[in-house]
Parts: sequence; structure tokens; C-alpha cells
Amino acid sequence: MIRAPLVKALGALGSPTHQIASRAVRTSAVLAQTPAKAPEKIEVFVDDIPVMVLPGTTVLQAAAEVGVEIPRFCYHERLAVAGNCRMCLVEVEKSPKPVAACAMPVMKGWRIKTNSDLTRKAREGVMEFLLMNHPLDCPICDQGGECDLQDQAMAFGSDRSRFTDINYTGKRAVEDKDIGPLVKTVMTRCIHCTRCVRFASEIAGVDDLGTTGRGNDMQIGTYVEKLFLTELSGNVIDLCPVGALTNKPYSFVARPWEIRKVDSIDVLDAVGSNIVVSTRTNEVLRILPRENEDVNEEWLADKSRFACDGLKRQRLVAPMVRMPNGELQAVEWEGALIAVAKALQKAKGQVAGIAGQLADVEAMVALKDLVNRLDGELLVTEQDFIKGSGIEVRSSYLLNSTIAGLEQADAVLLVGTNPRYEAPLVNTRLRKAYVHNELQIASIGPKIDLSYQHNNLGADPNLVKDVCNGSHAFSKVLEGAKKPAIIIGVDVLERPDGAAIHATISEYCKKLKKPDWNPFNVLHNSASQVGAFDVGYQPGIQAVLQAQPKVLFLLNADAGKVTRDQLPKDCFVVYIGSHGDNGASIADAVLPGAAYTEKQAIYVNTEGRPQQTLPGVSPPGMAREDWKILRALSEVVGKPLAYDNLDELRARLESLAPHLTRLGELQPASGGESVAKPSISISSTPIDVKQKELRDYFMTDAISRASPTMAKCISAVNKQQRQDEARRCAAV
Amino acid sequence: MAAIVRYNLLTKPQFVAALPGAVQLRLQSTQAPPPGTPPPQTKTKFGPLADEDRIFTNLYGRHDWRLKGAQKRGDWYKTKEIVLKGPDWIINEIKTSGLRGRGGAGFPSGMKWSFMNKPGDGRPKYLVVNADEGEPGTCKDREIMRHDPHKLVEGCLIAGRAMGAQAAYIYIRGEFYNEASNMQLAIAEAYQAGLIGKNACGSGYNFDVFMHRGAGAYICGEETALIESLEGKQGKPRLKPPFPADVGLFGCPTTVTNVETVAVAPTICRRGGNWFASFGRTRNSGTKLFNISGHVNRPCTVEEEMSIPLKELIERHCGGVIGGWDNLLGVIPGGSSTPIIPRKVCDDVIMDFDGLIAAQTSLGTAAIIVMDKSTDVIKAIARLISFYKHESCGQCTPCREGIGWMNKIMTRFVKGDAQPSEIDMLWEISKQIEGHTICALGDGAAWPVQGLIRHFRPEIEKRMQQHAQQSKRATN
Amino acid sequence: MFANLLRLYQLPRLVLQAPPIRALSTSEPRFKLDACNLYEKLKFEFDEENKKRAEFLISTYPEPERRGALLPLLDLAQRQHGWLPITAIQAVAEMLKLEPFVVWEVANFYTMFNLRPIGMFRLKVCMTTPCRLRGCDEIWRTCENVLKLKDGETSKDMQFTLTATYCMGACVNGPVIAVNDDLYEDLDVPETEKLLSELKSGIMPPAGPRRDRFASEPRSGLTSLLTEPPSAGFGMQELSPKAKPC
Repeated sequence: MIRAPLVKALGALGSPTHQIASRAVRTSAVLAQTPAKAPEKIEVFVDDIPVMVLPGTTVLQAAAEVGVEIPRFCYHERLAVAGNCRMCLVEVEKSPKPVAACAMPVMKGWRIKTNSDLTRKAREGVMEFLLMNHPLDCPICDQGGECDLQDQAMAFGSDRSRFTDINYTGKRAVEDKDIGPLVKTVMTRCIHCTRCVRFASEIAGVDDLGTTGRGNDMQIGTYVEKLFLTELSGNVIDLCPVGALTNKPYSFVARPWEIRKVDSIDVLDAVGSNIVVSTRTNEVLRILPRENEDVNEEWLADKSRFACDGLKRQRLVAPMVRMPNGELQAVEWEGALIAVAKALQKAKGQVAGIAGQLADVEAMVALKDLVNRLDGELLVTEQDFIKGSGIEVRSSYLLNSTIAGLEQADAVLLVGTNPRYEAPLVNTRLRKAYVHNELQIASIGPKIDLSYQHNNLGADPNLVKDVCNGSHAFSKVLEGAKKPAIIIGVDVLERPDGAAIHATISEYCKKLKKPDWNPFNVLHNSASQVGAFDVGYQPGIQAVLQAQPKVLFLLNADAGKVTRDQLPKDCFVVYIGSHGDNGASIADAVLPGAAYTEKQAIYVNTEGRPQQTLPGVSPPGMAREDWKILRALSEVVGKPLAYDNLDELRARLESLAPHLTRLGELQPASGGESVAKPSISISSTPIDVKQKELRDYFMTDAISRASPTMAKCISAVNKQQRQDEARRCAAV
Repeated sequence: MAAIVRYNLLTKPQFVAALPGAVQLRLQSTQAPPPGTPPPQTKTKFGPLADEDRIFTNLYGRHDWRLKGAQKRGDWYKTKEIVLKGPDWIINEIKTSGLRGRGGAGFPSGMKWSFMNKPGDGRPKYLVVNADEGEPGTCKDREIMRHDPHKLVEGCLIAGRAMGAQAAYIYIRGEFYNEASNMQLAIAEAYQAGLIGKNACGSGYNFDVFMHRGAGAYICGEETALIESLEGKQGKPRLKPPFPADVGLFGCPTTVTNVETVAVAPTICRRGGNWFASFGRTRNSGTKLFNISGHVNRPCTVEEEMSIPLKELIERHCGGVIGGWDNLLGVIPGGSSTPIIPRKVCDDVIMDFDGLIAAQTSLGTAAIIVMDKSTDVIKAIARLISFYKHESCGQCTPCREGIGWMNKIMTRFVKGDAQPSEIDMLWEISKQIEGHTICALGDGAAWPVQGLIRHFRPEIEKRMQQHAQQSKRATN
Repeated sequence: MFANLLRLYQLPRLVLQAPPIRALSTSEPRFKLDACNLYEKLKFEFDEENKKRAEFLISTYPEPERRGALLPLLDLAQRQHGWLPITAIQAVAEMLKLEPFVVWEVANFYTMFNLRPIGMFRLKVCMTTPCRLRGCDEIWRTCENVLKLKDGETSKDMQFTLTATYCMGACVNGPVIAVNDDLYEDLDVPETEKLLSELKSGIMPPAGPRRDRFASEPRSGLTSLLTEPPSAGFGMQELSPKAKPC
């Protein structure tokens, strides 16, 4: 598979660090520059502007340092250098031929001319060749308006075509490939930059895309009838510089100049990927990733990108109250609030709240304040976690090594987690470390495909004990590592013996700890979890069920863990949330809330980074922002909450947990002291994870369950599997 | 495929050495000649070569090509002593001989080999022999491999020793099945006789020779594409730098050399660099295999002295041009990627690197394609372009798109179905390809077109007029 | 003298090389094209002998770079099966522990791998300039007429596949037709017809030039190498002994 130890060997040699086109030894530009010892900078001139750069810097990077942008198609910062589009050719003084800026390391004293006649002519020539076989279908191309080829043809191309053969043989036509329900292909538009191929093999770790044929007949394609289906496939759409790969659900929907863009945060997993929500006429049209080096780089997982059509389906648009005949009936806000208030008054303090996966911090605080004011204390998260003292120390439920930090890890143990589907963008970091950093990975849990090689130690939970008391072979690896990390999945911590596993590992991590490195990591998969613990929620619904509350608030709690028969007959269930899913179906009163694209709200990701979403559209129908609903309810019930607007609510947040309002910043969590030894010991039930295969990935929450695109993905995966099995049968 | 020197990628001493002779002389004249400088040439007339000075004595396969026969002809004679002389001695001998690479680029071999002869870093080094002979017109390596395979095996050992390589891979084109068979048999014989393998020839040096058959891709003759192909990938050239001498086969330092270059090395070491340098003009020294194909009375492959005049070569060995010298239209002097030269240039052109550069073409692989006046020269070149289109790997834009376009235009030029202004456009397109690609295939495709336009423009225009008249008549 | 030479040239083509594509026999062609036994035809597994060959081939590449053996293994599979079905691609991928798609990409790139069934004799007529100057157009027309095939077609009885191809690397012996692994050189129309009729009857005639020459020497007699080759040590320079084993 793809690893790059060789390039490192070269770096140690002091030989110029070059990118190697070979697929086996590909490396990213970023890594290849890392010098062994800080070498002396050399001076080069870009358009006569002197600039000092490290040896091994490419011409393109040197030009970027003085702010000169060199046009390119195949080059991408996060992918290996291919050097095949030749758009970045620039003149270097005393060199008879122009050089490919993306691949050529600068030499001392080079005078690079990015705007000379030779350079411009070279660009114009390449542009002409690219356009020669590129169809002139921009008016019906979805990339139109945000197309690199269009832009660069305007800037660097000739103003007329010399392609007289259009009258004789015409242009090349290529059959479109069906590569799945997410990515639409128009292969005639392809300019063969191979960015998608490199992304698939380097970042996503699947060799599903490749080139077949050669010369003019070269095509990008997949293996016989195979779909390109991974948890990261949508990123090839962003990478494609032309309209060959476009967003299938978004096709023919909108033009880039018609849409309004809002920066926001994704909440469909606990990574907190930064996104841009594109909207038009109060409708979310698509979601694109936004660059954030610390979180998602510039990638986005497929669920986060494509589940947005779930925001328009199964929505709760009016408050509803369950009638005596057992049916939910839409009512006015007033009626609904009064109905809830009545129930609350009757409850006499027997009030509890459960926060689900998509609940934001503001709503959770408002709910907590309301329940407390009604003399209730039971506030829990729907997602289970270890009980007791486990969550008193913040570092015991965070991904302490940080997402970006995992890139530097050199030994990782995964315990009962499948990061590939629970947090695809954490997995890309692990894969990056695997490719470039000789990361050694072992896992305890079921055998899964992580897109890189790892050592599956087995599923027996007692292996955790072995590793942690140093008797296992992998302990040596962890103890010898400079930056070891142990990542625990939430599926493990839901187990009855989760606390014991947690305690064993956190004890061991104290031993592994380095001055600026905390090896203890919990990988959450629900966006609300860390925020809920930060504002004082307790994990797990058992406490609520035992308490037999009279009124139960379900705040976005849609995982279906609470069922009606677990609750007392007279329990009044209030559901606040956006989708008509599991929660609403058991509720006596449904108060329609806003989805994450409709509110300004804070979410804390698995590493403890608070970030906020911004409203791109307004909530549908009578739906309102969740905290406002709770504020209104408090008024009706006669215990008004002490904040009337978001600023005041944020001030309340700050008093509760000051770090929550420092958006985007990571607050270093204090070290894990005094975790009490749990009384339960580790059982022998094998460790399992919920999301094992790709099909388990697509529908994990209310929004993705409502998304038709996600449903198509699942059926595509199933179809692919049936085909593969048929082929395997044929072969045997 | 011809490897073409990229002047811009060379360091200063490399740069000087790779320059044409006259320039080089000027740059070096102030210093005393360092060791390894070829002796000055005093002869003024070159060729024909005496039989006793021929290196490939079994070129026509009239003698036993197997180990016994080869040893009788002097192969493997005192190889142990040569190996024991060590890398510096061998490289010095090669430098003295003035041998330049026989694969097309003509890079000085002694210098190329010396790039490898530096302290190692623990990685093994490899010698890769480029036997992916596919340039139309060229069939010299085939003769070596089927009739003199032991010369190549022995050459591998000596060249490998000079570089400190631990193994040689001979990458032979897939179509040469029988040649590969002979080669493999020769390797097996050499192993059995202890000439290669552990303690090769009893010298204490361990050296392996492996054979790898290609599978039909001309581009694999480009050195980095060849390395990719050897690694079991698509034969798509790599970006340079890094050069194979830094990162080559399996990520290790590698030198890729042509079969002929390697096969002459043992004889040079035996008879001395000075002997080899006594043939041909300065900086063009040695003997060379010439393939003469096309419109000559007796096409053949022959070993001759460098710098022999083209006319003498054709008349002496091939019985002249069909219909006499006056019936000559033009000659492609160095394999399909070199520009064509018309008859008036052929009259006194000299067959060596500098002589052909002076004639705006190149020696390439010394594969001479002769065309007489019956030839449709536009069609002949068009066929070459369609060959390049077929063999382009499709990796980089100018080659993938540009050659396809040139092919379309050339196809119309054959019929004359084009406007005269398109000739200039074709010229510009060929210039837009040349020098803008990852490897030299783009250049190789551009040059034949440029040669055609340079020398046969009236021919193309005439055909367009004819076609225009015909279609006019047809519409009337 | 000539007979002797021909014998020399026809020396064994063997050792570690895989055997030629198919045995020279007039018996039933290996497969007929019909859909009902498609899966039968697609079945592929290396036979015992070829497994040994494959092991040897893999061993010639350094351990972490076993992938180098990909081309030779594909060739081996093709020699065993006649062409490369998808199952053969999978078998090779498994042997080298590669993704099947990677193998597919490579097999797709090289022209010598046939991804669909071909005839018992694969005729490749060289159509590049040097052969064309010597009259390959007539040779091509003769092949088309005699075999009644167009470029790239396979005869119904799966005996012949005819392709126009680019340089075969025997330019001074043009025009050239390659039949499977063998080159038939110096052809003219009568010789081509003779060759085709021999092939039609299932016989592979001896390869090489068809008209009064042995290899690539000038046809009407040698102009060089007229004397016996000098014996070993001729013109040898003095090698001062500096015996220092490496």
C-alpha cells in the first residue's frame, strides 16, 4: 500500500526533497519539505522580487510566498504532485524550456518569470490543448461559474479557437460512468488532472478510481461495474477543476451566483467540520466544506455533505398535542405551551430532560435551567457514557490528543471504535499519519476495514487489561512511542463494564503521558455529547427511567432509546426538535424546533472545541429556535428564565463554563486526576462497534434518516455487495 | 525511445559535457585535460571499418551465440581482471573512450556511470538495461540480444561493477520473445559457469542479472517509464528531478542505459579507451550499429565507424538507393523521432552526433530510414505521428491532446483537405508540444512534423491545391 | 551452410521463459464463442507448472517490491488462458496481494494483454513507415483478403486475429508480420500468401526472413564480417595485475 518511508530516507540523506510521481512513494508537498535539520534558506527571485526559501521549496510555493499565484489544475496542496497538466509552466532564466512550477524545486539564485512571453505562451498553449477536447457546454454544466477551467481560460487562454478539426472529426466523446448516487460524471469534460484518483488512493485509502487506456483514449474510471463509494467520496467534486465530477443531488439546481453562503458547523458527527451552507429562497441547496486546519482541513464526510436534503423532509412545522384519541394534532403555539405548562405544574418537580444527538448547548442550558427551576434535577444525555466520577474531569471525555495532533502520533490503539465511520475526518488524520509518519495502529474490537493496515488484536476486552499492564506486545510499541495515543469508542463506554475499561486505560495513559501530549482519547459520535457534559448533564437514560418522571423533555432525542412502555403511564412526554422521528412519535406534546442550519448555536466537538452554527434559512412553518421555545414555556409556566436574547443566554453559558463562548478555541483540559476505581471488573463479552460497514454509516440521526440521498446510498451499497458476491461465486 | 538530454536540468560540469563538441572545447580549452579525456583525433577520413575492429563479430548470427562460441570470439576473456581493476579504472576507460549513450540522447556514458559511483547510503543500486527497442526504424539491440547476448551479460557485470550496482535488470520489449529466450539462456549459462551471480568470475563481486519482459508500450523506453513498468505499474514517466541516479528502481539509485552502450563496454575495457576513441571525430568516437531500412537495394544492419558519410554508408553496405542516388527524396537519419533531411543535405552529411545536429536533425539511434522519390512523404510522416498518438501515455496535456490534434491535421494533409495557413498552425502546435511535456515523447513527435514542414512545405501546399481543385470540380 | 544456420537460429526458446502461447496443433481451437458456457470460460486458476514459474518470477524482485512481477505474471496468465479474463486479473491480484483494479489498470495500459478472447494465431502486421516503404500496404491487403478479416477482428472459428500494429522492431527486415511470438520477415505478397495458407492448415513455419537471407545482413552477400572473428585476447591492452578482491 501507499507509504512514504522512502522519501523520509531521502530527507535524511540531505538530497533535495523531491516529489516522486510513483504511486508507491507519493507524498504530500507539505511533508516532503520538512527538513531534517533547519537548512539554510536560499534566495530566489520571482519576477525580480527576492525571496528567501528553504531548499526543496517548489517554484510554485516560492511564488506563492511573494503573492504570485501560478495557474494550475493538477496541483493540490494536500495531494501528491502529479505535474501532468503543465498549466504551471513558468520561465526560469537561463533555462531553455519552461519548468513545471509545481514539481520543480528551486535552486539558488533562480530568476523565475511568471509573466514573461515564454511563460504566457506556454500557458496559452496548454490552455488551447485542454480546451481542444473540452466540450463547450458551459451553459448546461453545473460547474459553470465556479470552474477553474473557465476562470483560467479567461485569464490565460487565447480569445479564439484554432481547432479547425471541429468541422471534420469533432471533439472527443467519453462515456459517462455510473460511480454512485452522490457523484455525477460527465467524462467528456474531464481534463485528466487525476486529482480524484490521487484523492481516492491517498486520502480516502481506496484504490477504486484509476486511469485506463492511454494517450488520447485515457479515461478516469473504476473497476468493472464498481461504484466509487466511500465515506469521503463527495470531496472529489470539490477537487475536480472542471465539471466532470459534480454533485448528483445538486445537479441542475442552482448557479453559484444565485446562492447565499453562510459559514456554519456540521453536527452529524462529533468532529465539528466547518461548512458553508448554500441557500436560496429559504432553502438549503448544498453544503460545502470550509477550510479549518485544526478540524477538517478542507474535506467533508459524505453524510455531512449530502444529508442536507433531509432538512426538508419529515420536518415538524407546527406544535402538536396528543389528543384523547391518541393522535397528534397540530395546534397553535399558545395551546401547546399551555398544555405543557399544565403538565409541568402537575408534575411537582418530577421533571426530567434527555438531550439527544443534535441538541445545541444553548437549548441544553435553557432546558437545564428550566428543569432546575421546576425543582427537577435529572438531566441526561441520550447517548450513554460511563457513570459517576468519570465525567467530572473534563479530560476524561475528550479527544485530548486533538484531531490535528493525531497526525503526529506514532502509535495508536483503537478500543472499540471504528473511526472510519464514526468520525471519517479523524480517520483521514490517522491515515495521514500512517502514510507519512510510520504510525503503527492496533485495534481491540471486531475486524474492520479502516482504509489502512492495522493490527487487530482481537475483540476480547481483557486484552485492554493486558495492554495496560504492559504484558501485551503492543504495550512495548506504545511505551516506546514518542506520541502514543489510545482512542476509546463510545460503544465501549456504553457497556456495563465500560467504566472499568475507561479507568484501566486512563490509569495506563498517565504512564504514557508526555509533557505536551495527552494520549487519552475518547471519540464521540454525537455532536451534543461534550457540550452536554460541559454544562452538567449526566450520561445515560437509566437514571431517568428509574426516577419515573411525570414530565419528560426530549430535546432532539431521536435515537429511539426511550420507549413508551419504559415510562409510567401518566408521564407527559414533551418533544422539542426538528424532525418527526422516534422522539416525536412517543411525545404528548411536540414543539417544533430548528435544525442546525436554522439557528445560531454552539456545539462542542469531540476534542472540546466550541464552535457555532449560523442560520442560513429560517425554521420552516411555526418552528422556532429551541432555546426560545423553552424560554417561552418558562414564561407560561410562571418560572421565567433570566435571559431574553442570545447575548444574555451566552452570558449565562459563560458563567456556567467559561470556555464555551470562546468559539473555535481549544481549552487545554486539565490532567485526569482522581478517577475513582470502579467496582465492576472487565467482563469477557467481546467488544463490538455499531458502525462496521459503509451501509451502517449513512443513517445515524434524525436528519440523515430523513434524507432520500442517504437512502439511495444504502441501496447502492447493498447492490454493489450483491454484485461482488455474484462475481465471487462466478470466480470460485 | 530516444532519451533526450535536458540541458536545463544539468549541473555545470554535466552541462559542459553535454554540449556539442565545439562549444565544449571552447569552455574547456584553458585547462590541461583531466584524466579520462579522449585523445585528440587526427584522422580526417572515417570509415569503412576493418573487420578486426568490429565489436559485434556475430552480428549476423553466423556463429554460435552461446557461451562456448562467445568465449571463442573473446567474450568473458579476462573479465575477472577487469572487474578487479575496480570502478574508477573502468569509468576512466569509458571516459577515455569518449563513448556516448547509444540510446539516442548521446549523454557521455563515463560521466553518467560516475554519478552512481559515490558512497552509498545503504540502499542497493541497480543497473537497468533498456532493451525496449521500439523506435520505428531501430532494430540494432535485437541483433545484439539474439546473436551476441553474452556481450550484453558481460557488459552488465562490468557496467554494474563500475556503478557498484548489485543487480542488473534487462527490460526487453515484450514483442522480442525469441530474443528474450536467447538472452535468458545466455544468462543461465553465465550463472552456471560462475561468470555472474555470487563471486562473479571469481572476483569476489556479487552480481545478479535478471530479465524482465515488457508488454507492448513504446513509452517504456523512456527511462523513468521503464522503471515504473519494472515496478509493475503503468508505464508513465515520472517527473524529474529526482533523477533515477537518486531515486530510481524500487526507490534506489539506478542507471538506465541502452543495450549497445552496455554491450560495447567489455570490448572497450579490453582493447582500451584509446582504441575506441581512435574511431570517429572527437566527441563522436567509436563504432556504431547502423540500421538502414526503407528504399535501399539491400536494407541491413551494419557496424561502422562513427562519422562515416551517409552516402558512403548507403552505397557501401546497402547497394545504394533504389533507382540510384539521384532518386533519393530524403532520409530520416536517427529513428522516427528525428527530423527528416532532404536529398541535398544527404549528399555530404556526416553520420555522427555533431554532424547531424549541424543538419538540424539528430543521430538518435542511428536508424536510417531512406525514402526515394516514389515516397509519399506526407503520408510517411503522418504514419509516424499516428504511431506517437498511439504510444502517448496520456499523462500530460500537451502530449495527450497535442499529438492527437497533430494526427488529425496530418491525416487531412495527406489528402490535402486543409488550408495553407494550417501549415503554420501545425508548426506552432508542434512548438507548443516540444519542451512542454514530462518526457521526451512529445519532442519526438514534434520533430518529424517540424522536419517535414521545414523541407517539404511546397509538397504540402501542392497537395492542398490539388485537393481544392478536385473538390471544386466535384461540386461543379 | 544455410541449413546449419537455420538450425542454430531455431535453438530452444525455453528455460525459464514460459512456453509459447499455444501448442502448434490442428486440433480443436480452445474455445468457441457462445454465451452458455461463459462462466466456464471465465474460470481461471494458475496450473501447477505455472505456479512454480510464478514463484520463480516473483523471486527475482526484492521482497517488498513483489509487484514488479506483475507484468510477467499477467503474461504467464495470458499464455495459459489465451487471453486475460477478469478472473485471471483477480488471480494475479491475489498472488501479488494487490487490488484487482490496480492490475486491471496495468493490463489495460499495455497492448500485449488481450482483455477479450483472440484467435489461436494473432497476426500483427507492422504498418509503420519503414515497413510501409517496403510495401506493407500490399501485405496488409493480402491478409485482409485471404483471411476475410478487418483490423482488430477475430475469425469465427477463433483461429485468426488480425491487427495492424506499430513497429515490431525488425525494420531492416520489413515488411514484417508477427504471428504470436514469432516474426516473419522480408515478406512479399506470394510469401505472405504461402505463410497464411500454412497457418490455415495449423502449421507454424520456421520464423525469420522469408527470402534468401539469414538475419539482417545485406541480401546479396556480406559487406562486412567477411573474415573469421579474431580469437580471444585479440588487441587486448595490458592489464597490470592489481589483484584486490572486492
